[in-house]
Formats: sequence, structure tokens, C-alpha cells
Amino acid sequence: MAEDVKEESVASNDESDQAASDGSLSNTMLTEGSCLLRRMEICVAEAEKRSGKNAVSMQETYTVYLVETRPIDAIAEGHNPPPDSLWRRYSEFELLRNYLIVTYPYIVVPPLPEKRAEFVWHKLSADNMDPDFVERRRIGLENFLLRVASHPVLSNNEMLYHFLTKEHGWKEMVYETGFQTKADSRLRALSATFRVRSPHKRLVEMKHYSDGLQSHTSQLLRARTRVADRLYAVYKVHGNYGRVFSEWSAIEKEMGDGLQSAGHHMDAYAASVDDILEEEEHYADQLKEYLSYAEALRAVCRKHELSQFELEMASQDLISKKQQLRTFSLKGMTNKLFGQEAPEQREAKLNLLEELIAEGEETVKEKTAECDEHAEKAWADIVRFKDQKDKDLQEALINYALMQISMCKKGIQVWNNAKECFLKM
Amino acid sequence: MCCSSALSLNSFMFGLDTAVVNISSEEEVEVEKPSPLSAQTHRAARQPLSPITGHVFPPSAGMSVGAPRGLASSGQKLITEILHPLSAAEEPLSPGHDVTISAEKDKPPGKNATVTSLSCSSVSQQEPGLTNGTPLEISSPASASVLISRLQLDCELEADAHDPFGSGEPRDLFVTVDDPKKHVSTMETYITYRVSTKTTRIEFDLPEYSVRRRYQDFDWLRIKLEDSQPTHLVPPLPEKFVMKGVVDRFSEEFVDTRMKALDKFLKRVADHPVLSFNPHLNAFLTAKDLNKRQGLALLTKVGESVKNVAGGYKLRARPAEFCAMGEYLDTFSQKLGTIDRISQRILREQSEYLTELREYGTVYSAWAASEEQLQRPLEGVAGCVTTSCGALEDLSDNMSQDFLPVLREYVLYIESMKNVLRKRDQVQAEYEGRLEAAVLRKQEDRTPIPVEVEKCQDKVECFNADLKADWERWQRNKRQDFKQLLTGMADKNINYYEKSQAAWESLITLLQEKQTEDKTSDTN
Repeated sequence: MAEDVKEESVASNDESDQAASDGSLSNTMLTEGSCLLRRMEICVAEAEKRSGKNAVSMQETYTVYLVETRPIDAIAEGHNPPPDSLWRRYSEFELLRNYLIVTYPYIVVPPLPEKRAEFVWHKLSADNMDPDFVERRRIGLENFLLRVASHPVLSNNEMLYHFLTKEHGWKEMVYETGFQTKADSRLRALSATFRVRSPHKRLVEMKHYSDGLQSHTSQLLRARTRVADRLYAVYKVHGNYGRVFSEWSAIEKEMGDGLQSAGHHMDAYAASVDDILEEEEHYADQLKEYLSYAEALRAVCRKHELSQFELEMASQDLISKKQQLRTFSLKGMTNKLFGQEAPEQREAKLNLLEELIAEGEETVKEKTAECDEHAEKAWADIVRFKDQKDKDLQEALINYALMQISMCKKGIQVWNNAKECFLKM
Repeated sequence: MCCSSALSLNSFMFGLDTAVVNISSEEEVEVEKPSPLSAQTHRAARQPLSPITGHVFPPSAGMSVGAPRGLASSGQKLITEILHPLSAAEEPLSPGHDVTISAEKDKPPGKNATVTSLSCSSVSQQEPGLTNGTPLEISSPASASVLISRLQLDCELEADAHDPFGSGEPRDLFVTVDDPKKHVSTMETYITYRVSTKTTRIEFDLPEYSVRRRYQDFDWLRIKLEDSQPTHLVPPLPEKFVMKGVVDRFSEEFVDTRMKALDKFLKRVADHPVLSFNPHLNAFLTAKDLNKRQGLALLTKVGESVKNVAGGYKLRARPAEFCAMGEYLDTFSQKLGTIDRISQRILREQSEYLTELREYGTVYSAWAASEEQLQRPLEGVAGCVTTSCGALEDLSDNMSQDFLPVLREYVLYIESMKNVLRKRDQVQAEYEGRLEAAVLRKQEDRTPIPVEVEKCQDKVECFNADLKADWERWQRNKRQDFKQLLTGMADKNINYYEKSQAAWESLITLLQEKQTEDKTSDTN
């Protein structure tokens, strides 16, 4: 997870350190100076419930999260200043993210933890106010900030900086950038279906990959939920052994003690599944992050398609205008012969057309540049993302395996304890 | 419990002398024979059968013993005067047949054997010429060791750990059931099993036998044993009938489970100090062609007399210790039923878990196909999940094939035991009924108490003694069996987790190697 990055940045300020344990740094294009996380320690320390009036003056309860920051050089110099902090709601994090998505359409923007609890195995609470959910969300929000603050491009964003440092007036500042209008138009455009004539091969491949990633991670999350439900049932039924052994021990003389003790171990076994599954939620959260990441990746590819489409539209428009011009000239000839238009009118039309063509050529140039730039930057970020994904998911799988081993060890221990009791019967 | 069993030895000790004597004059059959008992033991029978408390019951009016053949000698001794069988060897120790045999073979019978072998029914090889009450000089060297081993009656539980059937005695009869084979004939298809015997007993002509038997032969044996030894607990057989549509009678699992149960049945019978000497068992183990009709019909007739005669009487009160047994059996049976249900539920849940787990594994594989760097790790996880599935399947199979059948068999065993208790009740009821009638007649017209009444009392005494001895034995075996069963269950679960853990651990190694590989390739 991105927490590694935090440790990494605290440990060394050496910019030339390329062989970082976290891949996201080693592939960094640290051209714009060190990323934010190297200058500042960030964490989401706490969560609290608040009540207040919402936009429609209705009373509501919501959770706020404490975002703490500390300048790193101060720490390095041996001072230990208290962190600066401010409270943020989930909706403010969302605002930040939306802003970043619009401002950097070619970047795979790190996702937020889920808005509502999904892929919940039945015993787990789906309530947003549930303390476990809030805690996991806190971790997810911190992770989001760390990823953004360590991103070579995103970390330099001003609004991010203000998000972390300016409690009041930040929202207004963001709205003032006018990103909302861009967002709305983009959204509309993206939801429309359009066909691109000459798609960018690699980006299309990436889009297909992102579809696959989305499908696989969501399938995995669903399957894991079902497995968790079943595992829970298996463990809990063993608790019944505890009760019946206890009852049985009452009528036995020599066997009584052994049975009774074994029964206690069966109870312990049944109870152990709660912790096991709680731990597994962490793995599920990692999968969910990449499920969301897949969506972000897809969005980048789609935005390029949109740019491409707009470019093609502009080119098409230019071609047709040039076509018009040619027709115009031709028309002029016939007009000379048949005298349809006044020479002034024709002149005006011609000028307009030439203006439009000039504009159109500018547009095409712009769009081409935009498209190319988008593609180039997107590809760079995608490469970075791929690497990060590979490393993060591999680590997640290792952690999952460690969890399974831990579960097996616990099982062996409990059954060994029970066996000892049985032997004493 | 141990104490009381030792003391209860005393109560039927007297009976045995006469039992031995009586039987020698009657048919040489191996059936429980009511033995006329002394006045004291008459009294003892009237009371709830508890350990001899040293009460003396002088022969009272109306209780003329009329014991045949000079029983009076043992009858006239005060109970307190009669030495405990476990004390010095002066007391006439009418040995059970086991002792006789060992006298001949110079082998002491095991401690448990002495208790049950002294039951009334174990009379197939009695020593002729033993007269009741006469101090019997057992000059064989085995006698001393017999006493010593009897002294160790109470403390044999540790030995059970090594001997799963808990007899702790040197065994001279070994039986095994294995090698199932299918036989197809025009009339029917059935399975036979090989029954192998190894023995040093003289009742067997050869030291080794190997015969083939089918289920209905085992069933025949069981019925014969029950008929000929109604006071003893005969181990249960696995269920006879299986629903044709539901269970495949010829599937490997079914045959294997049944075979194990038949093996256990036969081992329990062979281990029983009384049942193992039953001629039906002998025939079962040795006859090439088990002709069920010939030769042993005689035996059944006598046995039935015990069963049928006792009908029609109502028991006033079951003695406390038998009540306790009955209650224990009821509760125990209930608990076993609960455990059975829980185990079945666990199997069902495990099966569902297995289904989901398999699906879960395939998702990892599918994902792996679309990845590059992550392909190996994802495939690795899929592999571990598959291994866990296999291990879980093994666990579930084991539970359903080994655990549940034994549990169910014990429920059958409990039913058998309850039946024996009921039979005992009937025998006691008959005795009490007849006695009451006889006493009334005596009061009216001074008719002496008929012999039949005394015979009934003997029956009761013997039955009680047999039952108590068998109960002890059964309890010991039960403890062993359940210890084995439950530790087996624990082992299987441990096994499952170990296999799963091993798979995940090798994956970790693989993945961590890969991580270092990747790091080095990054720096390059």
C-alpha cells in the first residue's frame, strides 16, 4: 500500500534514490521537484461523528476525519512540532478527487474508499455509521492522500495543498476554478456513444485491460464474500460441540473433565472466525481499491478516445470547410457565367470561410497537440500505474497467504488442544 | 464402580458353585442356567442390588431354601464370614472355565476375564466334579496368578491405552474382517468378506482359519448370540437395510464402512470373555459352509425359555443401580444423537464452503490469464485454494465414513443395552411375581416354596451379575472407543489445516523469491 511511501519519504530525502521498495517512486518523473509527501507528513488520524444542518436545513449526522500534516524538515532537524490539522468530510475528499480528475484527465487518479459498504458478507455491517466501517474508511482516506501526495504529477496541485492546510474556504476556492463546468461537459460527452476512426492502439488495449481488471476484481470480491459466509457457518456450528460436550460430561465420570475442556476449545474455535474474517476485510479493501482504480484507468482511456473523437470531428470539419472553399471557387466561376451573387457578398463569404478554415486549422492543431499530449502523458502514467498495481497486488496476495497461514495455525492449535483433552478422557 | 464390581463378585460367587454343579447334570449347553442360591443371597436379591453391606439375613420363615444337592453349606454361612474372593485363597474358588483352561495351559486369564468369566453362563468347559462348598484345591500354578490378576481388577484402565478394546489381557483369539468381494449370481448380487482367525484356544481345531462370510451370516451370528446369551450384551451390527435408491450398496465407501463395522463387531465378540466361547462363534469362524440349520438348533430352544418365560410380569421397582444405568443410557443416547446431528450439519456446511471455495479458485485462475507480472502469483493462489479444497474434501469424507458410522453404531449398542436391561427387569419381575404367589400359598396351606421360585431367583442373580460385569466392560470400551473416535476427529482436522498451511507457505516462498527477483531486475 502507499503507506510504504510515507516510511520511505521519512527515511530519506535523497531524490536520486530510484530503487525504492515502492515502485511508484522508482518510476517517478521527479522533474518538478520532490513530491509533496517528501516535504510533508500526512495522515488521517481520527474520525468523529458530527451533527449539523445540511444544505436543505435538515438535521443530519455525519462523520468527519482529522487530517494531520507536519513539515518533514522540521522533524528532520530534530524539532517535534505538533501537527497542523483540520477536519474534512467524505464529501470534501470527493470534491478534491473530482477536481483532480477533471484537471488531469490523463492521470489515473487514486480512488477513494467506497462510499457505501459493498460486497459485504452477511455478518458484517453495511451501515456507514458502523465503527468498523468508519475505521476502514479512515485508513482508505489516508491511503488516498498518501497516494495523491506521492504522485509525480498530482502532488504538485495547489488545491491539494490547500485541502491539507486550509480548513475554511477551501471548497469555495475549488469551485472558483470553474472545474465544475468542464466536469459537466466532459461527463455528458463521455456518456455519449461515439466511434473513433483511428483509435490509439495501446490505449484501446488498456481500456480492454481495465474492463478485465474491473470484472475480475469484482468477481473475486463477490466470490470471497460467499466463501466468507460459508466459512463463518462452518466455524460457528462447531460451537454446538462445545455445548453438547459440556452436557455429556455431566453424566460421565472419568471422561467428564476431558470432554468439558474439549468443549471449551470448540467454543474458542467457533469464536476465532470473527477475527479471521475481520482481518480478511483488509485484503478485500485492497481489492476494492484496484476495482476503483480500474474504473479510473478506463476513464483515462475513454477521455483520450473523446479527445481523439473531437480531433477527428475538427479535422472532418476542416476538410468539409476546405471542400466548401473549393466549391465556392467553382461556384464563383459559374456565377460569373450566370451572375447569381453580388461580388461584395461573395467576398464576405469567402473571407468568412477562410477565417473559419484558419480557425479550424488552429483547432485541429490544438486538438492534435492535445490528443498527443494526452496520449503521451496518459501512457507514462499508465506505465507507472501498472508497475504500482503489480507490486501492490503481489504484496496483497502475499498478505492474504500470510492470513491463510495464520488461520491454519490457529486451527491446528485449537484442535491440538482439543486432542489433548480427548486423550485425557 | 470398581469397588462395587469386586464386591458384587461376592454375591454371585456362591451361585457359581452350584451353577457348575447343576449344569453338569443337565445338558451340556452353553446357556445361562438359573442356579439355586442360598438364603442369604435370596435376601440380597430382594433388596436393591448394591454392594454387599455385610448385612446378615438369617434364613427366615417362609424362605425355606430347599436348595438341591446340599447347597445348604454355603447358605448357612454368614455373609460376613465368607471371605471375599479377592482375599486369601482358602475360600472355595470355583473357577470359571477360563481358569480351568489356563490351568491346563498355564496361562492366567486377564483381570477382566475373571470378573465376567465367573458368570453363570460361561459353562461350556466346566470342570466336572466340582462340588459346591467344597474347598477346591487348585493345584495348578495358574491359580495364584489368577488371584493376583483378580486383585488388579480395579486398576487396569491405563492398560487400555494400548489395547483399544480394553480387555488388557493376553489375547488368544484374533479375528479380522477384510477383503470385500462382489459375487454376482443369477439370483442376487452380494458382497462377501474374508474372516480370518488366529487362535491358540483348544476349542478350535486349527490355529488359523480363513472363511468368507456375507452380512447375513453376521446377522445370523448376532441373533444366535443374543438368543443363547440373553444376559449378555451383544455388540451391534451396522444397519441391515439401506434405502436402495439412496445408498449405493456396492460403492467403495459403503462397503468399506460396513466392513469396518463388521470387523469391529467381530473383534468385540472375540474379546468378550463369555461370548467368545460361544459355539456359534466357533462355527461362524471355522465352518467352510455355514449351515445354519443343523446342530445348533438345540441351543436356541433353551435360550428361548429364558426369554419367553419372563413375560407377563410387572416389575415393581428396578434396583437403583440399574435405574442409574437406564438413565445414563437414555441421556447418553440423546447426546450421541445431538453429536450426530451437529456433525451432519458441519458436513453440510463444509460441502457448501467447498463449492464456493472451488469457484473462488477459478476466479483467480481466470484473472491470472489476463495478467503478466501477476500471473504467477495469481496462479499460485489458485493452486493453494485448490489444495485446500482437496484437503477439505478428505476431511469431510473421513468424517462421514469413519466418524458418523461409529457414532451410530453406539446408538445401536445403547439400544441393545437397554434391551438387556429390560430383559433383566422381566426376569426380576417374574421372580417377584412367583415368589409372592408362593409365599401366599405357603401362608394359606403351608405349601413349600417351589423350586421354580428359587430358580427364578438364581436367574435374577446371574442376570444381574452378568449385566453388571458387561456394563463395566462396556463402559471401559466406550471410553476407549470415544477417546479414539474424538482424537481421530481432532487429527483429521489438524491434518486438513497442515496440508493447507503447507501449500500457502510454499506460495509465500515463491512469491517472496519473485519479489527479490523483481527488485534486482528493477535496479539493473
